[in-house]
Amino acid sequence: MMRLLHVSFLISICLLSGCDSKSQKADFVFLNGAEPESLDPAVITGQLEGRLVSSLFEGLTARDPTGSIVPGVAERWEISLDGRQYLFHLRSDARWSNGDPVTAYDFADSWKRTLLPQTAAEYAYQLYYIENAEAFNAGKLPDFNQVGVHALDDQRLEVRLTNPTPFFLDLCAFPTLMPVHMKTIQKYGEDEWIKPGHIVSNGPYTLEQWRINQRVRLLANPFYWDRANVGLNRIDALPTDNANTAFNLYSSGAADLTLDKNLIPAMLLDALRGRPDFHSSPFLGTYFYRFNVTRPPLNNPLVRQAIALAIDKKRIVEKVTRAGEPVADHFVPPGIHNYESPACLGHNPDEARELLRKAGYPGGKGFPTISLLYADQSIAKGVATEVQDMLHKELGITVQLAQQEWKVYLNSMSQLDYDIAASSWLGDYNDPNTFLDMFVTGGGNNRTGWSNARYDGLIQQAAKEVDVEKRKIILQEAEGLLCRDEAPIAPVYFYVGVQFYDPQKITGLVQNVLDEHPLKYIRKQN
Amino acid sequence: MLVFFIRRILGGLLTLFIVISITFFLMRAMPGNAFTKERKLPPAIEKNLLAKYKLDGTVWQQYRGYMSDVLQGDLRLSTKYRSRTVNEVLKQTLPVSMTLGGVAFLIALAVGLTLGCLAAIGHKTMLDRVSMFVAVLSVAIPNFVIAPLAILFFALYWHIFPVAGWDSIRHVVLPATCLALPFAAYVARLTRNSMLEVLNQDYIRTARAKGVAEARVVLKHALKVAILPVVSFSGPLAANLLTGSLVIEQIFKVPGVGAFFVNGVLNRDTFLVGGVVIVYSTLLILFNIIVDVLYTFLDRRIQLA
Repeated sequence: MMRLLHVSFLISICLLSGCDSKSQKADFVFLNGAEPESLDPAVITGQLEGRLVSSLFEGLTARDPTGSIVPGVAERWEISLDGRQYLFHLRSDARWSNGDPVTAYDFADSWKRTLLPQTAAEYAYQLYYIENAEAFNAGKLPDFNQVGVHALDDQRLEVRLTNPTPFFLDLCAFPTLMPVHMKTIQKYGEDEWIKPGHIVSNGPYTLEQWRINQRVRLLANPFYWDRANVGLNRIDALPTDNANTAFNLYSSGAADLTLDKNLIPAMLLDALRGRPDFHSSPFLGTYFYRFNVTRPPLNNPLVRQAIALAIDKKRIVEKVTRAGEPVADHFVPPGIHNYESPACLGHNPDEARELLRKAGYPGGKGFPTISLLYADQSIAKGVATEVQDMLHKELGITVQLAQQEWKVYLNSMSQLDYDIAASSWLGDYNDPNTFLDMFVTGGGNNRTGWSNARYDGLIQQAAKEVDVEKRKIILQEAEGLLCRDEAPIAPVYFYVGVQFYDPQKITGLVQNVLDEHPLKYIRKQN
Repeated sequence: MLVFFIRRILGGLLTLFIVISITFFLMRAMPGNAFTKERKLPPAIEKNLLAKYKLDGTVWQQYRGYMSDVLQGDLRLSTKYRSRTVNEVLKQTLPVSMTLGGVAFLIALAVGLTLGCLAAIGHKTMLDRVSMFVAVLSVAIPNFVIAPLAILFFALYWHIFPVAGWDSIRHVVLPATCLALPFAAYVARLTRNSMLEVLNQDYIRTARAKGVAEARVVLKHALKVAILPVVSFSGPLAANLLTGSLVIEQIFKVPGVGAFFVNGVLNRDTFLVGGVVIVYSTLLILFNIIVDVLYTFLDRRIQLA
């Protein structure tokens, strides 16, 4: 009996394991974070999926290694004076990976698909800047012809926006607005079309293999219009969300590049930071605390300001996060287009004590115990422990730490069932609006209960303003309300993007605030 | 025998039905859903998503719909791996876990039985003490300590095996061994204790008195009886190993099914968790039936009824 089992298991090893030792090796291997949820441009929402999708597909515009917008499928465009009408001229040599030309109709049809309610595209709201798109997506407007996107002919696409939207060209490079090959979708169905062997794409790469938790393999697209400038022929993206495993793969030479901050073992940060293959730079993300302004004593702006002023952010980035994060005295990260943040609340314990006294709690006397909610076990917990200590020492406030599982935590935040909550926000596009419009009254991502008519008015006013300089001043006033005068939030630090690669061997990566590193431009010297 | 099978299979199906139902209701009772994210969705979009993944309507309606889909063999779409059906996820990952678990199962039995027999034969000698010390050590040191140490020495220092991945037979060795070790130790202790008991019985004394060689006494006469506790343990062991291990699969980046037990729950991926639970329960029920049948072959005193 045992012998029989032995034999059958040995046979099954080779049959079942899916080990394909015959397949060719990739020229370049990178660690991309967790398993991609999807590779469908209309479906994905995450950064790691975005890296792969931006290599498979190309929008009207694209990004260069510095993160700047360059022409993509559109070779040029005209914008009307009121900033609401765009006319894109598509290049005539843009092709799908099966040789079909990429036309303006492809874009109109793809955007229609993203907006159709049955597609259930999570990021459909990235298209809401287009006239009537929101109503169509909500099912209130059945006729797509009334939505502001029209193909005039194969090469010309006209787009009408509700408001002048200075970041619309940025959005055109975003995965949600990338074109898909409708004939392939009709042939294989909404879920099957993106599988290897079915997918037809228009970007620098095509999909050769996609095995769950094993690898995504990309192969240079021979029909891509700029094929001559695509460096690598075959690329493997390895999914893993385990920092130690990722680091082992990288240090044993099994991977050339690590592209995710979460893939750096936190314990080794101090030792790794000085190495020549460690690269870090700030990007568009902020770590901050939300205050529940519906609960006393946090309903008092003086109390919120006092807490914000008592947090020693420098200590947090030096002791806890340790990857070179800049401290955040304001909410919009530095380096964003056409904007500088106003001065807000820095670290000032004396002023904090004074404000707390004015609020009626001298030396923290009479201040109730408040809770600080967070989800993640490592960084957020470390930061929370520091803040607990600082508030106790500086203000005499007792803080209780409360950890919840991720989705339970999100639920508590949405239902305003917390006092102070650790939070983070990553920008979608290079514009202050992606950070500021979330705190309008009743906004789904507000989650503080804060409502300020002046703030709502400023955000609306900025949306209609064509003049860049005037818009900047309006948004600065809004950010001042948010981070200084009313302080429903307390920013702590800005995120950094971290990559691991040997700069002698790997070129074509440039540090940029979007932490975008298009694979098209990466080269490897052997 | 036939009556036994029919009864066990019917009982198994009932168990399966109850397990699926409990899993479903527990998953739906948790706060938040698959689409609860840091970025709150506009209500219209959340409504579209819930409709696409059949998570709208009352929980009772969802349950009835899900059960009828499951009966037709459709485990539905994963809400995390958006364009993949649960069937497809299982089809890609289950064979990987089964290979890893199968190899680990063989290692656990082979190493465990050998160590156990040696310890019993050399009872109270150095051999016994060393075998049992190794066994206790392997049970006591958790996987997440043994695995990184194995990687450090065998992969990073000596370059004998790859650090992680799943591309060749060479990739199987380290994870399978690390997965097997604690179970091998457990099997060794089971074998030793049971073997010691059997070796003291009258029929063994008779065999020895008749002049049967010691190796033959142990391997032919004693082992056949002494192995019974190991056989009953190997049923759940096989089900456990074949359905993957979260820790080992993560550390060695093995694309198996193990991670979905935990991550599926964290992601509120109701149907993926459902699918994994169905596979695990089915294997567990199946192996328990097999174990019962094996018993009758090994010990004629046991009758199935």
